[in-house]
Amino acid sequence: MKTALAVLSVLAAIAVIWYAACVPMNIKGVLDAAERSGAEVVPATARERRDMGPIGLVAANSFAIGDVWSQDRPRLPAPHQVAVELWETTVEKKLTSKRSLIYHGQVTLSATLLGFVIGTGLGILLAVGIVHSRVMDMSVMPWAIVSQTIPIIALAPMIIVVLYSIGVQGILPKAVISAYLSFFPVVVGMVKGLRSPDQMQLDLLKTYNASLGQGFWKLRLPASMPYLFASLKIGIAASLVGAIVGELPTGAVAGLGARLLAGSYYGQTVQIWSALFAAAILAAALVALLGVIERLVLKRMGVQA
Amino acid sequence: MVMVSMALLIWCAGWWLNGRLANSSASNTSAVKLLVPAIFGVTLLIVWELLVRGLEVSLVILPAPSVIAARFATSLPVLWQDFQQTILKGALSGYIIGCGAALLMAIAVDRSDFLRRGLLPVGNFVAALPIVGTAPILVMWFGFDWQSKAAVVVVMVFFPVLVNTVAGLRETSAMQRDLMQTYAASYWQSFFKLRLPAALPFIFNGLKISTTLALVGAIVAEFFGSPTVGMGFRISTSVGQLALDMVWAEILVAALAGSAFYGMMALIEKTLTFWHPSQRG
Repeated sequence: MKTALAVLSVLAAIAVIWYAACVPMNIKGVLDAAERSGAEVVPATARERRDMGPIGLVAANSFAIGDVWSQDRPRLPAPHQVAVELWETTVEKKLTSKRSLIYHGQVTLSATLLGFVIGTGLGILLAVGIVHSRVMDMSVMPWAIVSQTIPIIALAPMIIVVLYSIGVQGILPKAVISAYLSFFPVVVGMVKGLRSPDQMQLDLLKTYNASLGQGFWKLRLPASMPYLFASLKIGIAASLVGAIVGELPTGAVAGLGARLLAGSYYGQTVQIWSALFAAAILAAALVALLGVIERLVLKRMGVQA
Repeated sequence: MVMVSMALLIWCAGWWLNGRLANSSASNTSAVKLLVPAIFGVTLLIVWELLVRGLEVSLVILPAPSVIAARFATSLPVLWQDFQQTILKGALSGYIIGCGAALLMAIAVDRSDFLRRGLLPVGNFVAALPIVGTAPILVMWFGFDWQSKAAVVVVMVFFPVLVNTVAGLRETSAMQRDLMQTYAASYWQSFFKLRLPAALPFIFNGLKISTTLALVGAIVAEFFGSPTVGMGFRISTSVGQLALDMVWAEILVAALAGSAFYGMMALIEKTLTFWHPSQRG
């Protein structure tokens, strides 16, 4: 309860700061528009205004403040403008429309999910190999860690071009990038998880004369579940980033990344912000969904939440 | 065909050698621990080279390591310029500003319980969002040059460092804090002598995560507009010209810079938190 109150007041503070920030950010654009429509503006020409600070402009033209929250292409759109744009491009557009954010979101989402499934699958397989083979552990693990210090996004444009030239295009190249980004958290988490049963438990299984497979399915795998879900949550957020970035360098026409890029080309700030919020909502929803699955699975397995 | 079978042979030989080393009695010495991944890496490079040449994959699509190395050696001046623009100016300045701001903010948050309750969930939430997406907005605000890249990096590294630092500052036990109180230590005395040292492992965790984020932010922001220099710019234009050897050379630079950056933070961490259990052995 106390926490909810604190979070709400922080969010309210952010909203207030945001609205306040719109005033100095947008004042120049508003004054230019006002001058063109014939209103009295101090100072009178755009050239003189260019050298003035935004605070001074606001002080000299207090009549124009009302317009800073309703411009067409503001430098900083007000929260309600973004909300209206989000509403219009999700609820009021047909799902097949090129301007519908749901359509773009679904393009990005499908690449994210495909990549996430591939990355998670391969990551779990590699983790199983690493735990059971000392050679793999010693030779692959250091490279897996080093690979994380590389900004892998740099590979994104190249992967897309290479796959395109061998005839693969569409969802798969983006999914490959997503898969790579979600791959590593899963490997590390899963290795840690599969190694989490302590020596006493392993010894107990040995006294039962359990085979390697039995030890894996009955002890190691169940013990690794909390670790797996923790890394899945990181992995899916990384996957989404991968899918969005995968859309950037190729000039893709659909997807949230394409929306960002188009918005940045045409100066459609409201469009950029709404795509950004759509991506944020999508990421939050995916992480929350995994949280629900985690709770259900762990409960079925008898872990007290 | 000869090259393909040779690649296969070398792969098996490398794996066999690693198997012998890893399962031998010397497998816990640090020499073997370094040698095994090194052999694996070298084998991988040789197999790559042989397969690309043996299967006659077009060198435009997948350049062999030797081609990339040659390209790297011949375009050092360009790579150095890109390195300066993207990493020294964009990523590093953004990293310093962002981490500094996050540390100061964390101290403020730590002093106020209300702020901590309210800001931490929001911070955790923001840390999981695709923040790279703010790049077009910040490029619009701060122009095409490195300032906008630094701004993207600031936004990207801020929350991971903030969340980790706040968690770290709460790491001390009530007993330890009570002890400081019985010494009549002031807030800042107990901060510098007890809580900050205890928080260091967490802070460095955030700082290490942020090194990669900083490079990613600086490179991706250049896809949204940059002067005609910089790693992101070079990557996107070289892809357009199908000069993939240049792209690989840039990736090599990014890899080296990323590892060096990370290694530097790890080294500082090691000297500052020598007392922590994770640093023993």
